[in-house]
Amino acid sequence: MAFIKAISYVLPDKIVSNEELVKEFPEWTVDKIANKVGVNNRHIVKENETATNLAIKAAEKLFEDHPEIKKEDIDFIILCTQSPDYFLPTSACIIQDKLGLPTSCGAFDFNLGCSGYIYGLAIAKGLIAGGIATNILLLTAETYTKHLHPKDKGNRTIFGDAATATIVSTEGWAEIEDFSLGTDGRGAENLIVKTGGMRNPEKVNDLEFDENGNPISSDYLFMNGAKIFTFTQKNVPLVVKDCLEKNHLSMEDINLVIFHQANSYMLEFLRNKMKIPKEKFFINMAEIGNTVSNSIPIALADAKLQGLIPANFTSQNSQTNAFNILLTGFGVGYSWGACILKVNS
Amino acid sequence: MEIKEFLENFVNQFEETDPSLIKPETIFRDLEEWGSMSVLSIIAMADEEYGVELEPEDFKKAQTVQDLFEIIKSKKG
Repeated sequence: MAFIKAISYVLPDKIVSNEELVKEFPEWTVDKIANKVGVNNRHIVKENETATNLAIKAAEKLFEDHPEIKKEDIDFIILCTQSPDYFLPTSACIIQDKLGLPTSCGAFDFNLGCSGYIYGLAIAKGLIAGGIATNILLLTAETYTKHLHPKDKGNRTIFGDAATATIVSTEGWAEIEDFSLGTDGRGAENLIVKTGGMRNPEKVNDLEFDENGNPISSDYLFMNGAKIFTFTQKNVPLVVKDCLEKNHLSMEDINLVIFHQANSYMLEFLRNKMKIPKEKFFINMAEIGNTVSNSIPIALADAKLQGLIPANFTSQNSQTNAFNILLTGFGVGYSWGACILKVNS
Repeated sequence: MEIKEFLENFVNQFEETDPSLIKPETIFRDLEEWGSMSVLSIIAMADEEYGVELEPEDFKKAQTVQDLFEIIKSKKG
């Protein structure tokens, strides 16, 4: 059995407020951004700061926050990022050295976005179930803001940078139950940075502006908001249903729902569509923004800090004497996944 | 479904536009407030009010509010 034992996270020091964005985009107002997107502030890395730097900080914070977890006990490092320092070597190898973790650790990166934390938990659970590792340092670190065009009003209001560190172990406060995962690569072109990889190594400088005045360029992050919206509209209810079935649970058995914090408009739409009660549905993106693969572990850590996840739980429902948390991630790929965490009494 | 009710739902997606400016024959793209968020809120409205999943392509096929009404009506079946 695999459990989440601890989670810590870090946000870069630099904050961009709605007041600052409105200075650059005078056609918007502070209230309009707050109401439509649900974000007041987002944290942005400095030019010389990378996702790997943030991941190291998040891991250091985890070891500070949880002195009972020793560096020498870590036997595997997994980093979820789409912003590695280099094509090679793997950032997780650099992180092993910088953190002073044992050379007996396994380490690798995997490239996923908003579904990444769910996949990370799935991989970690598999390593534990296979007897391959016992204390896994699962890191997420993302700096999408480096990919945004300065005039990309929409995405600059939404995205923020962050990193998180989770220990997945043979014991802990939340048991990782069953998963539902999915992929549809037909959506690849709807959320993409086209240049800089091996297919198109050089920048192509093809910047143009669409009918709404938004910059479109192969050299920057492109998101087709309407396509992504219809993808989530169709797929999120299905993956949630499938995940609940695999875990033999219904929505009534779920005590807390944490979705990838995409934007509060979309979250509220999905919540209404799936008839999830407001009090069960956690949203914490106002001061953080959409931090891609970091958003679920940050929300989970915040929900725990706020006392929404009890340390000891006795259910009134005799069917499931546990506090059940539903996690769901969805986005770039398209890629999606959901799983249940069970906090036992 | 009725055009009158659809028009009301459509108008509700706009905050700054004078409701009297939005008629069935209005070319929605010409509304000053029209933007990428408008597409999302109309997709959401079509789902919530009519149980219809609009595609971004449906907007390309439509010019007027009436056109969108017809598309939703035909999808609703």
